[in-house]
Amino acid sequence: MTTLDKKLDRRSFLKVSALAGGGMMLSFSWLAGCKPTPEQALELPKEWFELNSYIKIGENGAVTLFSPNPEFGSNVKTSMPMILADELEVDWKMVMVEQADFWPERFQRQFTGGSQGIRQGWTPLRTAGATARQMLVNAAAQTWKVPATEITSSAGVLEHKASGKKAGYGEMASLAATMEVPEEVKLKDPKDFKIIGTSKKNVDITSIVTGKPLFGIDKKVEGMKYAAIVHPPAFGMKLKSLDASSVLSMSGIQDAFAINIFKEDYARNFFDTATFPEMVAIVGNSTWEVLQAKKALKVEWENAPESSFMMSGRNGQPSLAKIPAGLESTEVHKAKMADYLTKPGNVLRRDGDPEAAFKKAAKVIEKTYTAPFLAHNTMEPVNCFANVTADQAEIYGPTQAPEFIMGALSSTLGLPKEKISIKLARMGGGFGLRAYSHHMVEAAVISQKVGAPIKMVYTREDDMTYGIYRPSYSATYRAALDENNNLLALHVKAGGVPETPIHPNRFPAGAIDNYLAEGWQIESNITIGAFRAPRSNFIAAAEQSFLDELAEVMGKDPIEYRLELLKRAETNPVGENNDYDAKRYAGVLELVREKSKWSNPPAGVHRGVSAYFCHNSYVAEVVDTVIRDNKPVVEKVYAAVDCGIVINPDASINMGEGAIVDGIGNAFFGELAFKDGVPNKTNFDKYRMIRQKEAPKAIEVHFVNSKEDPTGLGEPFFPPVFAALANSLYKATGKRYYEQPFAPQLEMQNLKM
Amino acid sequence: MAIFNLNINGTSKQVDVDPNTPVLWVLRDHLDLVGTKFGCGIAQCGACTVHLDGNAVRSCSLPVSSIGNSEITTIEGLSENADHPVQKAWMEHDVPQCGYCQAGQIMTAAALLQQNPNPSDEEIENAMNGNICRCGTYLRIKAAVKTASKNG
Repeated sequence: MTTLDKKLDRRSFLKVSALAGGGMMLSFSWLAGCKPTPEQALELPKEWFELNSYIKIGENGAVTLFSPNPEFGSNVKTSMPMILADELEVDWKMVMVEQADFWPERFQRQFTGGSQGIRQGWTPLRTAGATARQMLVNAAAQTWKVPATEITSSAGVLEHKASGKKAGYGEMASLAATMEVPEEVKLKDPKDFKIIGTSKKNVDITSIVTGKPLFGIDKKVEGMKYAAIVHPPAFGMKLKSLDASSVLSMSGIQDAFAINIFKEDYARNFFDTATFPEMVAIVGNSTWEVLQAKKALKVEWENAPESSFMMSGRNGQPSLAKIPAGLESTEVHKAKMADYLTKPGNVLRRDGDPEAAFKKAAKVIEKTYTAPFLAHNTMEPVNCFANVTADQAEIYGPTQAPEFIMGALSSTLGLPKEKISIKLARMGGGFGLRAYSHHMVEAAVISQKVGAPIKMVYTREDDMTYGIYRPSYSATYRAALDENNNLLALHVKAGGVPETPIHPNRFPAGAIDNYLAEGWQIESNITIGAFRAPRSNFIAAAEQSFLDELAEVMGKDPIEYRLELLKRAETNPVGENNDYDAKRYAGVLELVREKSKWSNPPAGVHRGVSAYFCHNSYVAEVVDTVIRDNKPVVEKVYAAVDCGIVINPDASINMGEGAIVDGIGNAFFGELAFKDGVPNKTNFDKYRMIRQKEAPKAIEVHFVNSKEDPTGLGEPFFPPVFAALANSLYKATGKRYYEQPFAPQLEMQNLKM
Repeated sequence: MAIFNLNINGTSKQVDVDPNTPVLWVLRDHLDLVGTKFGCGIAQCGACTVHLDGNAVRSCSLPVSSIGNSEITTIEGLSENADHPVQKAWMEHDVPQCGYCQAGQIMTAAALLQQNPNPSDEEIENAMNGNICRCGTYLRIKAAVKTASKNG
C-alpha cells in the first residue's frame, strides 16, 4: 500500500458547542494491567478543545478519543481509537477513550456487524487522526512563524528542530481548534505505525474486572421502574386477551398492559425483525416483583392467522412481507427439507455443462449435510432502559445497529428523530442478535405508557424463546468422477428454513469447469437473524467436509487437493464473478500446514483441516482431537488468517480463540428444535453450551504478514472450525459427521460427551 | 416484605424486601451493586457468582432470607484497588471479550484459589465448568487462574 492523500468526510468536523457524553465513563488506556503512578494519573484538563468529532485535547495534553462503534466484545473500543492515535501521533498512555453516543451527524457508520468495523473505519479514522495532527502542526507553524513542513510530531510533542522550539499538543490545542481544516492530509506509511500492530489491553479491562456498571442492564436512575415482558408461548401464536387484574394487587406491581411496537403505517426495515410485536408488559418496583407477577399473570393466547406487514423497499417502494400461519415443528421442517433431495432449486450459478458431466460420470458421490436452528444466547439477556417524556426520549441499551431502529422509535413514539437520543451501552455479547433492536422500542413504549424511566429485562427463558435464530439448513453436494477419480463436475443444492445458505460465487466456484449451484427456501414464522457469519457458518461446514471426503476418494492429501483447486482458480479461473482471491486463500492453507506440521501430527492425534473465506478475510484451521478415556478431546487448534494489517494482535488472537471455541461448542452441542411452534429448550439446563472442560486444550493463531488494508475478524474464524472438527473426528472414529450437532452421534458410538 | 441486615463487602446493609428475593436482585436493584450479573436465573451459567463465607455460590438462586449473618463478598468487594491476584491476572491475560460473565468467572476463580492455592489443570477445569463464557475465553480464563495461583 502506498501513502495516500485523503480527503475528509466533512461531517467528522461538525463542531458543536456541547460535547457528547457529559458524565460518561472514560476508559483509561493507561489503567490497563497496572495501577497508574501519580505521573501517569493524568489530571482531567480544565478545558477541552475539540479538533473533530473523534478527538479532543485538553490544555494539559490529555487526549480523549471517541470510539464510534457499539462494543459487543470484538474490542473495537480499543482498536478503533488505536488507529486514531497512531495517525494523531500521541502516546497511547496519554489517551482516554470514550464511547460515542449514536450521533449520525458526527460519526460515520455506527454499526457493529458483518466484521466491517475496522475495514470500513480504517480510512475515516486514519484521516481524522492525521487531520487533527496537521491542525496542531499548523497551529505551531503559525505560533513559531516557521513553515509547517519543518515541524515534526511524536508522542504528543511538536518540534521545530532548526530553531529548537518544542511544544506539547495541549499548548497548541486551543489555537489548533480554530484552524482551518486542511482539505487533504497525508496518511502514514504503514512501516511508520507505532501503535497499530502492537498489542494494547482492552481499555475497559479495569472496569470489567471490578464490576463497574458498563452494560444496559446495569442502568439505574432516580424514580426508575422495572419492567418484565410476557410474549406468546409459541411461534404462530398471538395475544388473545389479558387480565391485568390478576397481578395488579401483587406487591410492588404498578401496571400490566399490552404493547405494540409498530404503527400500522410504518414500513419496517430489514433490522426491524420482531417476532412478537405485540406482547404484555408488567411494570413494578423491582425486578423480583415483576418476575413474580409474570408467573401469576392471566393471559390467553390464540393461533395467529396468516398476516402481512409493510417492508420499506430499497427504492422507496414499500412491499408486503408475509408471515405464514401455523405451529411448526422440526420434524416437519426436516421432511420438507428432505424433499429437496429430489426437487429442483433455483439455479444460482452454472458453469460449463454439469448435467452432461454427471451423465458420463463413472462414479457419483452424494452427501447431505444438515444443521438445526441455533439461539444466540448472549450472556446478557435482552434488556433496555428508556426514559420517554412528552417531547423527548432517551434510550440506553445493547444495540449493534442504532441507526436501524431509529425509524421504528420515531414512528411508534410519535417523536422526531432529533428528539430521540440513543446511548450505546457495552453489550454482553451480540453475535448478530443485537442488530435487531426491537427491545429499544419495547422499552420506549413501556416508558411512554407509564410516564417514568423504566428498565426492561427479559428472563433467560424469554430471551431463548423469542426468535431471531440462526436458520436451519440442509445442503447436498454431488461430485461426478471419471474412472480415474478425476473431478468432472460439482453440484451443490442447498436451502433452509427460511433461507438458502449458498454464496454462489465463492470457492469452489471458479475452480471447477462444470459447476452448478442451486438454492431453495421453506417459508416459516420462526424468525431468523444474523448469527456470527450468517450462511457461511453452515455452508462452510458442508463444503469443507465434502471436499475432505472427495480428497479421500481421490487418494489426495486434503490440503494438497484444496491447493490444487485454488491454483486452478488463480491461474485459469472458471467464470468471471468469483468473489475471492485464490492466492490469499491458498496462503492461509500453506501457513496452517507449516505451523501445524501437518504431515507430522503427534502420536495418537487425529487431524482435520478446513479453510474458508468470508467477510473479506481468509482463515484455515487444523483441529487435533484425541480419544481420551473414551471421550473425544480437542487437543489443539491451529488457525492461519489473512486479514491484512492486524491492528491489535493479542486482542485479535483472543477473537480467534473465542470464535474457535464457539464453533466447536455449536458443532458438538448447538441445537434448538420445535414442536407445535414451541422451542424445546428455554434455558441453559437443557440448551447445552460449551464449557471450560470441552474447550480445546490449546489454540494457536497465526497471521499472514500483510500490508493490505485490514479486514474483519469477528466472523471469519468461525465457519471453518465446524468442518475441521468433523474431519478430525472422522479420523478418530472412522465415521463422517453430516448432521449437526455431532454429540448425539458420538454418543451413539458409545463415546462420552 | 421483611427487613434484612446483610453483611456485604465488610459493611452492614439493610433492605426491606420479599424474603424470597434472590441475593442477586437484592444486590442489583436494592444495593446498586450491579457487578454481579443476571444470566439464567437457575444457577446454570455462573454469571451471578458471589462468595458466601468464602464459598462461591450462585446468588440468583439464593433467597435473601437464607443468608443470616453470613458474609457476602461481591466483585465490588474483592479488592479495593483492582489488585486481587485474580483481577491482576485477568488484566495481564486481557481475558474478556464482551466482559459480561467475567465477574462471575473471577469470583469462582478467587474462591477456588482460596481453598486450593495450587490447583491442577483438571481441578481448574472442574471448578470453572459452571461458568459459561459465550465469547469462549476459556483458555485465557484457565491461563489467568494459573497466573493468579503462581502470584497469589
